[in-house]
Amino acid sequence: MVGIVIVSHSRALAEGVIDLTKMMADGIPIAAAGGLEDGTYGTSYGRIRDAVDLVYSDDGVIILMDMGSAVMTARMVIETEEAGRRVVMADCPLVEGAVTASIDAKLGRSIDEILRDLSETGSISKL
Amino acid sequence: MADSKKVIDIIGAVASKIEEKKDELTALDQPIGDSDHGINMARGFCAVQEKLPELEGKDIGTILKTVGMTLISKVGGASGPLYGSAFMKSGTAMAGKQELTSGDFIACLDTSVHAVEQLGHACAGEATMLDAMIPALAAMKQAESSGRSAAEILCAGSAAAEAGAESTKDMIATKGRASYVGERGLGHRDPGASSFALMMETIADALRR
Repeated sequence: MVGIVIVSHSRALAEGVIDLTKMMADGIPIAAAGGLEDGTYGTSYGRIRDAVDLVYSDDGVIILMDMGSAVMTARMVIETEEAGRRVVMADCPLVEGAVTASIDAKLGRSIDEILRDLSETGSISKL
Repeated sequence: MADSKKVIDIIGAVASKIEEKKDELTALDQPIGDSDHGINMARGFCAVQEKLPELEGKDIGTILKTVGMTLISKVGGASGPLYGSAFMKSGTAMAGKQELTSGDFIACLDTSVHAVEQLGHACAGEATMLDAMIPALAAMKQAESSGRSAAEILCAGSAAAEAGAESTKDMIATKGRASYVGERGLGHRDPGASSFALMMETIADALRR
């Protein structure tokens, strides 16, 4: 099953997004990397790295981020990833993307299939 | 210009300067950002300061790479990966070197500009640290080609970085947290450009002594 990592400046936001996904897709490998080690706001290379390692399998890991340094820090984690491991970022809204990705992961979809679905979440109109 | 011991001393001086000016850098981040630039930079450079003793006797590439990895791990804001990848890629370019010339420093800054452009998907004129880095690089290249000393080259770079940071007041940010503030950011100096100018000033001062 594809693993999912939720990166946010806020620990509460990252964990809250995961709680929300469990309403529709419980029991998948998903981990939060929110805030800094001391609980303050920010994005932590170490916490993202640990979260990726926690949910990693040969099916790969998709990282979803909120904004700014979350994107750049996630990119650094990917750049320093071991060769051969598939860890990618998805460009999508955090909440909608997390729900879509976790349902897809639970259905056993591949990383490429999930990324394709995530590429469409930003263009779906809410109104 | 500087052997590895001097490089360590200069990085230590930069770390002290960032700690000394952290409230000022954070104040710049209040109106247009998330009010943490000084706190983040001081957290990162404090961790760098702690690492410096174990870097004694190492080559300059290793020193710069260690600084870069420490900043990526500890800063907690966008400046962590940005400055971190700048130092790491400069370290790769300086691998094995025991002595840093002014030409090497210019090469490191060139590498750093590319690293920041690549990671931040930014370019000149968007009110980011690049608006201090790019003019500094140009001024240093010019000073080098007119045969100036290392201290003079760094001094020219520092002056251009400061002028560049000041020029971000007239720019509308389209990258980073300040882009959410849009036109209301006019009149404010970019914190990242300011911290870069501060680093250049500290390095130039260290070489004058």
